[in-house]
Amino acid sequence: MTVLELDNVNAFYGESHVLHGVSFAVARGEVVCLLGRNGAGKTTTLLTIMGYLRPGPGRISYGGRDLAGMPPYAVARLGFGFVPQERGIFPSLTVRENLTVAARRGAGGRWTLAEIHRLFPRLQEREANLGFQLSGGEQQMLSIARALMLNPTLLLLDEPSEGLAPMIVDEIIAILRHLRQEGLAILLVEQNMHTALDLADRHHVLSKGEICFVGSSAELEGNEDVKKLYLAV
Amino acid sequence: MELLTSQLLNGIAYGTLLFLLAAGLSLIFGLMNVVSLAHGSFFMLGAVIGFTIVKLTGSYWLALLLAPLPVVALGVAMELLFMRRLYARGHLDQVLLTFGFTFVFADLVKWIWGADIKSLQIPASLQGMVGLLGTVFPVYRLFLIGFGVVLAIAMWIFLERTRIGTMIRAGVDDSAMANGLGINVSLLFTSIFALGAGLAAVAGVAAGPMVGIYAGMDVDIMVPAFIVIVVGGMGSLRGAFVGSMLIGIVDTMGKSLFPDAALFLIYLLMVVVLLSRPQGLFGLQRAG
Repeated sequence: MTVLELDNVNAFYGESHVLHGVSFAVARGEVVCLLGRNGAGKTTTLLTIMGYLRPGPGRISYGGRDLAGMPPYAVARLGFGFVPQERGIFPSLTVRENLTVAARRGAGGRWTLAEIHRLFPRLQEREANLGFQLSGGEQQMLSIARALMLNPTLLLLDEPSEGLAPMIVDEIIAILRHLRQEGLAILLVEQNMHTALDLADRHHVLSKGEICFVGSSAELEGNEDVKKLYLAV
Repeated sequence: MELLTSQLLNGIAYGTLLFLLAAGLSLIFGLMNVVSLAHGSFFMLGAVIGFTIVKLTGSYWLALLLAPLPVVALGVAMELLFMRRLYARGHLDQVLLTFGFTFVFADLVKWIWGADIKSLQIPASLQGMVGLLGTVFPVYRLFLIGFGVVLAIAMWIFLERTRIGTMIRAGVDDSAMANGLGINVSLLFTSIFALGAGLAAVAGVAAGPMVGIYAGMDVDIMVPAFIVIVVGGMGSLRGAFVGSMLIGIVDTMGKSLFPDAALFLIYLLMVVVLLSRPQGLFGLQRAG
C-alpha cells in the first residue's frame, strides 16, 4: 500500500531551480533511500515533502491526498515523523518534554511514553536531563523517538548515521529495521552507502536535483558507474 | 539607610512594571524573532482605557480587569491582519511595521484622550503608607510588587507546567522544528502576541497611579524594557524577571544616589552584560 507518492515534483530556492521532476513512492513496511553527494537535493526533497519549501509544479500525495500548500504542522499531523539532519532537539526542554510535546492529545495509538522507553531504555534513564546535555547518539535516538510520538505512518530520516560511532549506528539501524517490520514506511536520506545498503529496499540516487538511478541494493552494489559518478565511495 | 531601603522598594516596584512588559516582549522575540516596538503602545492604551473606565465607573479594580480586554483584541487583530503577512520577509520589515503602529497609536491617544497629563486615582483601600523594614512605604507600590510577583508565578506555572507552555518553550528553542512536529507555531504566536499586549495593558493600568498617564509614556517605558530583555536574555521568563529587577533597582537607586550619572547607568549595565555575556544573563546560546 503506497503511503507517500511524489509525482514530477519541482522545488525552488528563490530563483534557483533545485529539484527537477522528482518522482518516487514509499509503501508501508518499505525503506526507500535517497542517495547522492552533498547538494544533490536529498535534504531539499525532505523539506519539500514536509511543507517547509513551497513546491513548484508537481504533486506530492499521502494516501491519495494532495499535500499542496499544507504547512509543516499539518503535514506532520497527517502522520509524518520528521527527523532532521541536525536532529532538532529542543535544548531547554527535558528529554521527557521533548517527547511529550510531540504527542497528539487524545490520539491514542501505538506509541506512548512507556512504549518509547521500552524501545529506548537510555531515554528513560536520561528523562530529566535537558536536551543540550545529551550526546550525539542520544540526541539521534531522542529525535527518532520524538517523531514516533506522533504515531506516524511514515518516518523521514535525514542522515541518521552522520557523526555517530559505528556501534550506535548499528543500534539505530536495528531499531529502524524493527520499525519497518511493524509496518512503518521509512524514507531515508543517506550519504553513507553502507548504512543505506544495510537498511533500504530501494535506492534512488540524486544528482543536481534529478533522480539518475533507481534500483535494489544488489543492483546498486553491482553498478560501479553509478557509485563512481554520483556517490562518494 | 532608610532612604536606601525605600529606594530599593521603589526600584522593585518599577522593576515589576518593566517585567510585565519585558515578559511579553521576550517571548515574542524568542518565538518569532520579532522585535515589537508597538508593545509600549499597548502599555499606553491600557493606561488611557483604564483611565476612562475609572472615570465612568469609579472603580480601579474594574479598570485593571477590563482595560486589557480591548488591547488583547487589538493585539490579535494586529497580528492576524498585519504581522502575519510579513513573516516571509526580513525582520526589518516587521520592526518598521510595529514602529509605524507606535505613531498611529500615539496620535490616536492624543486625538481621543488629549495631550494633557492625567492621573489614575489610587483605590481607597490602597491609599496611605505602611511601615516596612524601618521605613514607610506607599501601600499602592507594595500592592504593585505583590501583584507582579503573583503574575510572574502564574506565568511561570503556565510556561513550565502546562502543555501549551511546553509547546511555547519548544517554539522558542526551535520554531521550525516545532512546526514539523505538528505544533501550529503561528497560532501560538498570535496567542503570545495577544497575551503580551494584555500584560502590557495591565502594566499601563498599574502604572497610572505611580507614573501618571501622558503622551510619550509609551516610549519612556520601551527603552528600559528593551534594555531588560538584552540584559536578561531573549526568550527567557527568568531573564525578563531578573533583568527587570536589576534595571528597575539600578535606575531608581542611580537617580537618587548619583543624579548626574543616572541617565547612563542602565546603559552602562547593558554594555557590561553585552561584553561579558552577549546572549544575556539567562539567554540560550543560539546556533546561527
